[in-house]
Amino acid sequence: MSDATQTKVTHNPLPNKERTKLPRQRVPEQDAKVRAHNFQEVNLGFPPEQAHEESLRCIECPKPGCVLKCPVSVDVRAVIDLILAEDYLGAAAKVREDNALPAITGRVCPVEDQCESGCVLGKKGEPVGIAYLERFVADWERESGQFGLPKSAPPTGKKVGIIGSGPAGLACAGDLIQMGHQVHVFEALHELGGVLVYGIPEFRLPKDIVRHEIDVLRRRGVEFETNVVVGKTVTVDELTNDEGFDALFIATGAGLPRFLNVPGEHFNGIYSANEFLTRVNLMRAYRFPEYDEPLYPCKDRDVIVVGGGNTAMDAVRSALRLGASNASIYYRRTEIEMPARVEEVHHAKDEGVHFEMLVNPVEFLGDEKGNLTSVRCIRMELGEPDDSGRRSPVPIKGSEFVAPCSVAIIAAGTSANPLIQSTTPGLATTKRGYISAKDDTLATSKPGVFAGGDIVTGGATVILAMGAGRKAAKSIDDYLKGLVQIAN
Amino acid sequence: MAPEGTIRHFPDVCAMSACLVTYATDCMYIPPQNQMWRVPVYEIVEARPLARGIKLFVIKAPRIAKKQKPGQFVIVRLDDCGERIPLTIADANPEAGTVTIVVQAIGKTTMLLSMLEAGDSILDVVGPLGKPSEIENFGTAVIVSGSVGTAMAYPTARELKRAGNKVISIVGARSKELMVLEDEVRVVSDETHVVTDDGSYGTKGLVTDKLKEVMAAGKVDYVLAVGPVPMMRAVARMTGPEKIKTIVSLNSIMVDGTGMCGGCRVLVNDSSQFACVDGPEFDATQVNFEVLMQRNNMYREQEKMSIDRLQADPEGELDRLRRKNHKHECAAEAVGVTNE
Repeated sequence: MSDATQTKVTHNPLPNKERTKLPRQRVPEQDAKVRAHNFQEVNLGFPPEQAHEESLRCIECPKPGCVLKCPVSVDVRAVIDLILAEDYLGAAAKVREDNALPAITGRVCPVEDQCESGCVLGKKGEPVGIAYLERFVADWERESGQFGLPKSAPPTGKKVGIIGSGPAGLACAGDLIQMGHQVHVFEALHELGGVLVYGIPEFRLPKDIVRHEIDVLRRRGVEFETNVVVGKTVTVDELTNDEGFDALFIATGAGLPRFLNVPGEHFNGIYSANEFLTRVNLMRAYRFPEYDEPLYPCKDRDVIVVGGGNTAMDAVRSALRLGASNASIYYRRTEIEMPARVEEVHHAKDEGVHFEMLVNPVEFLGDEKGNLTSVRCIRMELGEPDDSGRRSPVPIKGSEFVAPCSVAIIAAGTSANPLIQSTTPGLATTKRGYISAKDDTLATSKPGVFAGGDIVTGGATVILAMGAGRKAAKSIDDYLKGLVQIAN
Repeated sequence: MAPEGTIRHFPDVCAMSACLVTYATDCMYIPPQNQMWRVPVYEIVEARPLARGIKLFVIKAPRIAKKQKPGQFVIVRLDDCGERIPLTIADANPEAGTVTIVVQAIGKTTMLLSMLEAGDSILDVVGPLGKPSEIENFGTAVIVSGSVGTAMAYPTARELKRAGNKVISIVGARSKELMVLEDEVRVVSDETHVVTDDGSYGTKGLVTDKLKEVMAAGKVDYVLAVGPVPMMRAVARMTGPEKIKTIVSLNSIMVDGTGMCGGCRVLVNDSSQFACVDGPEFDATQVNFEVLMQRNNMYREQEKMSIDRLQADPEGELDRLRRKNHKHECAAEAVGVTNE
């Protein structure tokens, strides 16, 4: 490990003026035409030379905006300096102090709104490629086969249950185990990782990477149990009363898919994005019949995806890789309002995804067997801004048209899954059915029970969920130490 | 490639055999002693054929055994290449920590499952899922079931009897060799009528013929119908006009079983309901059976392809499953993980 950060002698030989002149390194990618037909990772990551070049660009701000903008406050400056010192394992360990899943966040974080948006260089030119650097050190560490595990505190004898093994649960587990608590994670599905394995496709986040990050947690002492649907297999009260958990963290994720509620939505070939992605990612349906789970055929057919978020991009790019002759995004606003990451939209376009803006399906049409054949849409225009500040789309009278499609994937968001709320007496929920948790502590209305991630906020991002996991770990630790009275 | 003396972490048997996917970062090597951390497999403690193509399994699943109620189901996944399929819980023994399922071999997974014996294991069993049957004293309750549906209706019939109902069971099958759990049903029923399509056992005819007789003979307060979709639809059409409370248990295609995917959605009272969390039991008069049948046919071609693959080499497939699950079992033991 380098002590450069303490002594403020950095490993960057260049004066600041020179640094700002360096161009941002382009990360190698699989060629768009090739990758549009395979499920291998799109971004190939920096080789060491490029990581070094990119690190040289950092001007080491005294008050680094990147750290302020990071939901888990990774010490970016120190990491970059360790890269320049060629202590890549040290850099990885540095990231891991604040971020339990660096190889994952380095791939899926919306950095343009977070760390990279805080980078001073971004004001005049392009920010430092922080995510690529984070990914570089995490990949380096994994490839080396060794890693510096952060030191855990002595055992406290307290047992914490975490419900859900997605990003919030894993981040919470990482912090709690380091604090010396016993940690047991429950997962409803057969595979650990939550949205990281069922939602985000292989070409954006290889499943082996997720498994590795989870294995690091296991090595640190976290216990995992799959096939437990809390609320069904066991209840929250049973976990605290019968199984001896001193505290619980509910991190069960976003939940139920929303449909459009237009006529014909039951035709064969219409999927929620959740189902489509779960079949493709978790169940590996893209490798049918080697894997058993079937998928309604996309090959040589028209596939439309309704929505403009990251989930919509993941679905449409998956459809393309499954051989769709046309894979299109149908979105009721314009590209400016699309919540998807710019990089994902850019990748999708390069791969040949067609974008149909300002349209909204009003009816799905099918044949006599109930198979989807086409979609009737109406064109929209933007009206006054709504609650979210985005201009709300208004249908244009008489603009309806019918487009052929065999598969339609609805990526219109999710609503709260009531499984835990409905089986846990005394657990307060919001009007929309999400679990109520205090902003500062994530404590719920039940003493010793905390909640965070999408089950509290509604659908958000991996890193925000991880931030919630870390916040929960902190207040669970406080609760267990009896330092603060959280229970109300 | 793997450095000397290390092995690939978390071997994915399918990936290793096919090698379809290679990663830019071909890494992930860790010492052998930590090679797997998967939870253990679920052991089959008893496997017994009940009728032609129908088999009963008693599976060790202590958490599920403790919590399950009549009407609920489990989702199973046989091995790490398997699909997830829902199966109704036919019985359970909380003390022994076992659940009973009855399986009809109709698709690839149920066919492969039906080849398993006591001592074999299933990779994943999760549950109990779905809402339990509504149990109260309705008065006279008629349980109409077809073939393997009898196994699903049986626990509800037993609880209805316990709740004080007069239970009349109408047990149907295409022929005698497809009849299951008749003796068990008789024990919990005040009256039991056996019907076969071909007349090879009991009365010749359809369950609905018998239901008509029962309805004519006395007041019926409640009907539960479990079986093929056309049968449930026929029952609903008879009891609906008579305003008899009628419940059906729907067998739609599922993936996660927790409400996350919406694949099991059915049209009930013209609105989308999820069979996994809103059901599987619904008011029969409100169910759109045509949409259910249509959606259940969605993967017909792929199902046929999978069956053909299995039938090309059933022993080989069985052998592969056994070897894979045995490996998981050993690994789980090695790291000291149990599912109890």
